[in-house]
Formats: sequence, structure tokens, C-alpha cells
Amino acid sequence: MEVQKTALYNYHKNLGAKFVPFAGYEMPIQYKDGIVKEHISTRTHAGFFDVSHMGQFFLEGDETLIESLEKIIPADLKNLKINHSKYSFLLNNEGGIIDDLIITRTKKGFCIILNAACKENDIKQISQFLKKNHKHLLNNNLSLIALQGPKSVEILEKLIPGVANLKFMTGKNFEYEGENLYVTRSGYTGEDGFEISISNTKVEKLIDYLISNEVKPIGLGARDTLRLEAGLCLYGHDLNEKINPVEANLKWAIAKKRKEVGGFNGWEKIKNLLANGSEKIRVGIKPDGKVIARENTKIFSSDNNEIGFVTSGTFGPSVNAPVAMGYVKSEFSEIGTSIQLEVRGKKYGGKISELPFYKKSYVK
Amino acid sequence: MSEKKFSKKHEWVSLDGDVATVGITKHATEMLGDIVFVEVPDAGKAVEKEGQAAVVESTKAASDVYSPISGEITEGNKAIADDPGSVNTDPEGASWFFKLKIKDKGEYDSLMSKDEYDKFCKENPS
Repeated sequence: MEVQKTALYNYHKNLGAKFVPFAGYEMPIQYKDGIVKEHISTRTHAGFFDVSHMGQFFLEGDETLIESLEKIIPADLKNLKINHSKYSFLLNNEGGIIDDLIITRTKKGFCIILNAACKENDIKQISQFLKKNHKHLLNNNLSLIALQGPKSVEILEKLIPGVANLKFMTGKNFEYEGENLYVTRSGYTGEDGFEISISNTKVEKLIDYLISNEVKPIGLGARDTLRLEAGLCLYGHDLNEKINPVEANLKWAIAKKRKEVGGFNGWEKIKNLLANGSEKIRVGIKPDGKVIARENTKIFSSDNNEIGFVTSGTFGPSVNAPVAMGYVKSEFSEIGTSIQLEVRGKKYGGKISELPFYKKSYVK
Repeated sequence: MSEKKFSKKHEWVSLDGDVATVGITKHATEMLGDIVFVEVPDAGKAVEKEGQAAVVESTKAASDVYSPISGEITEGNKAIADDPGSVNTDPEGASWFFKLKIKDKGEYDSLMSKDEYDKFCKENPS
């Protein structure tokens, strides 16, 4: 498959981006400032992220569209208000997570933001449940820009008046440069911020404005350290098709009504796990010292039994310490439990930690 | 202190009598990015030429640091283990990794000069 590029590829190049292949795209891993500075400037000022590789999948249809989608998505779509968003999943028959996603109710149906690496398969999986009169479109003419950090609201409000009134996990259509764009108050960093869906032809102009307001470009490297500090999962690492939402400690993301009534893929299994608990569960992990426990690091109990593995681990610049997430046997999941992490053949102490590592400041 | 010599794995060595000081080059730190963890060897450890001797981790990944020269470690630089970020600021000065008592000065002599190393980096961009 040919490597794909987002509409901003040349723009990133001019900003001094270092590129890496990611989910079939050439994406910036970092810019000149480097990961730590990019991370800190997002937390203290604001940063923008080109996340146009993610799928912007639009669905239109009548009442039956909700029924179809609810078979594979365990959110309460019937009661989701227009312009409101939910974090949810696509589930397989075993309750495993095919992808995690944000679904927003639109006037005519729904918009789902899908992970880049999963989007082709996701659409296949969703399509199985769609009826002939349901229309769907993966819109590649749109870019997606995340603007994150405490100054985001002030900066974006000057350009697009009204965005300051959006509450967390809601969105709205706005006009910009004579065209429609859609802004949601959401993100993946633990900071207040927005995600802006904008046509590929206008996106450079938006970025020019952000840069003139000292918003720094942020690459995938800092996106990873920011989301991990915020305790947010990365699909393909912390989540996969063999992990279900109960194990992933994300049962809060299954709507209350859906937990009771079911009617979605894997519900039997999930119902059972909700009642009895799962064998393993996702936890936060803090190594005691400076050692970084990266993905696939084995986790041992204090009496040397292997109890799990790390799925994401890095150095958290705002926590100023290493942070990780992983799966352990549920009896070891209590906050404060002492564990050992095997790094380069040596065992280092650590503790099960609360998530997030870094406290959020979302506007509710 | 002798002139600095360089390895293809981006370490530098300087020699004072039979004690060598080893660190990673500025070029190496630029490739690694922000350094957030360093593990240095303890005194008494024997290392072989091109054998693994220390660890350096950036926000992106972990890398081994090799000794460009054989010998017995006399000191690991604890200061950089406490403050890994200092390796980015002064890699070829205060932020050396370890010192070792060498066995064979020939190993030092066979390393690259500054000019040779700069040329090597230009020809092998990564």
C-alpha cells in the first residue's frame, strides 16, 4: 500500500517535522523543539496536532440507523442528543474491542472518529449491520486538527466566536472563511481543548492563525506522553480485539441502560464479567525509581510470581517521573499494591497507581 | 587529557594515562532526543570493546551504550543517572558516562579522530 500523507504534510515539513510511518501515513513524530518541550507547551499554553489520519466516518439514516449501530456500539445512541459526543467502542462477538471511538450525533445521523490503523476494518464491521437506506461516507476531504491546552479557548474564540460556550464532549457547526466547520470540545491530552473538522483546502489558513498565536505544532511523540499521563488508552497497545471493556477498566463507557438491556455484540460475556469481575484488569503503574517500563515489560508480584505485563510506558514530563499502564491479575489491582517490573533482566520496584497520573482540567 | 576519539556507535573516549573517559556524542543526543533515563555501570565491572556498558533512554526508546574500548570500570557518572536531561546539554563534557582502566591503548588509537567522525556522520545520516 502506498504511504499516505495528510493535507498538511508539506506544512509539517516546513516546520521541521521528523516523520515516521504510522498506520499507513507519514506522520510527524516531533518537530524542532522535541517531545518534552512540545509536551510542556501543550500543558502550559496550547499545541496543535494534525490528526487527519483518523477516520471521519459519517452515517445518515432513519430511526433504524440507531438500532443498527447499537448492535456493535454499546452507547445509548437513542438518547444521545444532537451535537453531543460519547466515548465508546466497536465490539466483536466475544465483547473484544475492535476499535475505540468518539461518536457524535449529527442532525442527519452520526459522525464517528475512528483510529487510522483500524478505519478500513471498522467500516467493514459497521457495514454488516447497516441497511440499504443507511448512507455512509468516510470523508477524506476533511482534515482533523486537535487544539489542546489551557490557552486553546481564548485563542480559538477570537477566530471562531462561540466555541467558548461549548461544554466538554459537545460540538457545533461554525462558519470559517465562508465554509462550514465542525468543532467539538474534546481531546486526548487531559487538557481543555477542541477538535476541529475542517476542509483540506482551508486547514493551512487555520494553522497559520494558530501559529501566529504561538500555538506550537505537536507530534505523535508528545501526543503519546500527554495521553499516557492522562490515563487514556492507545488502541493496538492498551486495547485490542482480545480485550473487553471490563478488563480495560472502561466499563463506565458502556451506557447504564445498555448494561441492563444489552442487545450488542458480546453482551452475554460482558454481563457476566460486570457481575463477577474479570480475571485481569488495566491499571496505572508507577515505577519507584527512574527506570522506564515500556510495552511488554513483565510484571511480577512482590513474591516473584508473574502477574501481568505493561502495554504502554514512557517518561511523563509533567509528572516528572516514569509512568505506565498495563494489565495485572485483578487481585493485584488495588491502588498502592507493590509490584516488580522486569527491565533488561533486572527487577525494579513499582506500585499500582491511580489514573490519571496528571489531573485533567476539562470544562464541564 | 588526550584528544577525543570517536566510535561508529557514537561514543567518544578521552584518555588520561591508562584511564579512559567515555560518553555519547552530541550527534547521538540529537538523534535520541530528550534523554529521560540513564543507567551507568558500577566500579569493578569488566567490559569488552563494543560490549554493552550502559543504557540511555529517550522519550522515544531505550538504547544501549557500548564501550569503544576494553577494560575495568572505575566509576560510573551518578550525576547523569540523577539528572538524565544533563546529557542533552553537555554530552561531551560534564555528562560523561563512565571511566575505565584500559588494557590496550591500541584500541584507543584505532578509533576515529574528530574529523573522521564528522565525516562518518555526514555519510551515515539516520
